[in-house]
Amino acid sequence: MSQIHVTTTVNGDEVEFLCDPRETMLDVLRDRLGLTGAKEGCGTGDCGACSVTLDGRLVCSCLMLGAEAEGREIGTVEGIATDEDLHPLQKKFIEYAALQCGICTPGILVATKNLLEKNPDPTETEVRYWLAGNLCRCTGYDKIIRAVMDTAAEMRGAS
Amino acid sequence: MAFDETKTEGFKVVGTRPNRPDGIDKVTGRARFGADATAPGMLHGVIVRSPHAHARILKIDTSEAEAMKGVHAVVTRADFATGLTGENWNILENVMAGETALYDGHAVVAIAATSSLAARDAAKAIVVDYEVLPHVTDVDKAMAEGAPVIREGAADKSVPAGLHPNVVRYHESGHGDVETGFAEADLVIEDSFRTEATHQGYIEPHACLAQLGNDGRGEIWCCTQGHWNVQKVCAALLGIETSKLRVTASEIGGGFGGKTAVFIEPVALALSLKANRPVKIVMTRSECFRATGPTSSTSMDVKIGMKKDGTITAAKGVFRLQGGAFPGAPMEFTAMCAFAPYNLANVSQIGFDVMSNRPKQAAYRAPGSPMAAFAVESVIDELCEQLGLDRIETRLKNASKEGTKASFGPTWDRIGLVECLEAAKAHPHYTAPLKPGQGRGISCGFWFNHGGETAVQMALSEDGTVQLSVGTPDIGGSRASMAQMAAEELGIPYENVRTTIADTATLGYNEISHGSRVTYASGLATIEAARDTIRKLCKRAAAKWGIDEEAVSWVDGCAVPSGPNAGDFDPLPIARIAKSMGRTGGPIVGHYEATPEGAGVSFATHIVDAEVDPETGSTRVVRYTVVQDAGKAIHPTYVEGQYQGGAAQGIGWALNEEYIYGADGRLQNAGFLDYRIPVASDLPMIDTVIVEVPNPGHPYGVRGVGETSICPPLAAIANAVSAAAGVRLHELPMSPPRILAALEKQAAG
Ligand code: FES
Ligand code: FES
Repeated sequence: MSQIHVTTTVNGDEVEFLCDPRETMLDVLRDRLGLTGAKEGCGTGDCGACSVTLDGRLVCSCLMLGAEAEGREIGTVEGIATDEDLHPLQKKFIEYAALQCGICTPGILVATKNLLEKNPDPTETEVRYWLAGNLCRCTGYDKIIRAVMDTAAEMRGAS
Repeated sequence: MAFDETKTEGFKVVGTRPNRPDGIDKVTGRARFGADATAPGMLHGVIVRSPHAHARILKIDTSEAEAMKGVHAVVTRADFATGLTGENWNILENVMAGETALYDGHAVVAIAATSSLAARDAAKAIVVDYEVLPHVTDVDKAMAEGAPVIREGAADKSVPAGLHPNVVRYHESGHGDVETGFAEADLVIEDSFRTEATHQGYIEPHACLAQLGNDGRGEIWCCTQGHWNVQKVCAALLGIETSKLRVTASEIGGGFGGKTAVFIEPVALALSLKANRPVKIVMTRSECFRATGPTSSTSMDVKIGMKKDGTITAAKGVFRLQGGAFPGAPMEFTAMCAFAPYNLANVSQIGFDVMSNRPKQAAYRAPGSPMAAFAVESVIDELCEQLGLDRIETRLKNASKEGTKASFGPTWDRIGLVECLEAAKAHPHYTAPLKPGQGRGISCGFWFNHGGETAVQMALSEDGTVQLSVGTPDIGGSRASMAQMAAEELGIPYENVRTTIADTATLGYNEISHGSRVTYASGLATIEAARDTIRKLCKRAAAKWGIDEEAVSWVDGCAVPSGPNAGDFDPLPIARIAKSMGRTGGPIVGHYEATPEGAGVSFATHIVDAEVDPETGSTRVVRYTVVQDAGKAIHPTYVEGQYQGGAAQGIGWALNEEYIYGADGRLQNAGFLDYRIPVASDLPMIDTVIVEVPNPGHPYGVRGVGETSICPPLAAIANAVSAAAGVRLHELPMSPPRILAALEKQAAG
């Protein structure tokens, strides 16, 4: 089957790739672009481990085709830290032990960063519902929610 | 201090909460998990699985698939070792079916191609002819007369005569005379309970990358709880020498017991051998549900007699567990854990291991124990209810303590159940007012914990920092706790220890990370390796000073002269000794190898408030408190995390999660949409209380903490539901339809 040529932007860098028309964005990121931060927990849109942003909108990259990235902007966990430093969410996740195994962490970080950009002052319930599509089997979510709430408070204080 | 004492105070690093060393890797996407590895020339493997619960494999036609573009290898059972016996045979039979497919999802043939799309396309072109056989998936039906036999002759000698051939192992334990005990009781309650199978639900599916050459040398990269076990099992299944395989454990995205088993690694090796190229296999989520180990489902009868003052006079339990199409359901653990929290004069427990047409069960966090607690603690709750007794006082009255005889035989060493119950009683949660429609439940839980074969190595760098190599994969922060124990013992900063998970070629055998053994056993070995290092450091100092080795002690990261030489020389810091070690005798490396047997058991008490919606039957957990004995919490934040994670998994098991089989024996909910694990919006914060009753078997008093936390929730929630809605559920999960049915039955009188 002939491959499709795609030009897109990933974490601010322009990239080009060839992909099979059936290939998901998640497979493209992981297998063609070497960005294995996004994880496949289910491949069916149920776990959120593959979360990325598409033009600023949170999507499951396992439900998106690689070909759909043409001309768009993709954001992954690899783009969250700046060149010099970790994002405040990343620091708080480490400090709060908001990860045990860490497989859900990339998706949860992408999702919560996206939340805080839209809503810098979420309630606990808002965080819980925003993250309802990101499964974590290890933590019981307690420390994740606390880390997000504390980051939000800190970022509000700083801005 | 002496090297054989339990240290209980004066800690500098242990008990603090430093950032984990692998934190940055895991928040930036840099950490490499099972599916994140690639190799030059790598192929992708796909496994074709049986769509039938029980079927004879008549013919496998791969000709069309093999002719497809990009396809390089196909393997069936014929490509694995023959003549295996015992558990190796069971594992091989599970990894790749022989003559018969034994459950929906059983592997039948595998194919490798240049891309995963090509492999999937080719897999669809493989034609397997089956003769469908009668099947059974229910535990009670599987042991009833007339049930289809899964495999003749699978039973071992423990099974009494006259039972169905699907009953493959039998357990009996206890002491005293239960009939006399029941006669002494003022109230005897006997009830039957059932729990459905649940899956560990780790978010990372099984994944591996394997290479095997025809010289028999191979490499495996995989997500596993035990890479030495992968090495041993793969060598046996491929018929090669163990040392020719080197296995590296990737970062692991959750396991909870489910990654103690081997599924895809031998298949990837066999494909690689045929194709002479590396092969990667990554399971899909539905493969994880259909073909990797769920828990056993159970059917249980529990009978308990109690006096009016709350004294339990006798207890009896019968526990039937189906473990899928192979022996191994952990029914002896269910039986042994059932009454472990209580000091009983008369107790009897019986277990049955039953085969059925389901996937081979695998360990899941305290395997077998949560179900037992569900049945036993429900009956105790009912007895307290009917006799008007306080739930915690009654449990305290009967609690196991140091010196009492355990229900399964041994005499308890120092244990912390009373301390947990007292802490629960004192917790504000226990007496907080409830809103209408809410109910409160409590439950105790027990797990043995484990030691196991362990080898650790500690190499000193020339600047005085330390490289610690352990053999137990870091599943939730153990690099941090190992570094803390090493730093504590050596008297150096936490940051000066780097912990690495070594591969199988680097250390001696390390048993799987199971049984909550890592902080206990690898921790103990780390402390002992540090002590070995210190002895070597002291020796160098003694030689430099020209004094006796015995006259040197180790204080705060320095060698100091002691005894008659005290004060004669300035303390010699670790960095100074390290700097000159090349000239004073060569590299300094401490190590320790043992099978520690002093893993202290652990108890917990959970308090939960639940709210039942009488309209929909849905239950919401509104408040949750975990109280558990950790012995000594090395990194309290990660201990809390274990408590919270176990509670959350228990909540899922109690309320939602279950394997649903159709009449055709096929699994109907093999995905996270239909097998619903708790999501963030389902749960409240989970409060934790760390009780510390030191384990005499560990230098710092550590007890394993990972598993006990899943034992009490099923019962605690059932008891809360009973208090909230006035109906007692005897079957898990307590899903809305079941609760509604119970409410309707109650309304009908
Ligand atoms: S992998 Fe995309 S949602 Fe699970
Ligand atoms: S930390 Fe393991 S799944 Fe979230």
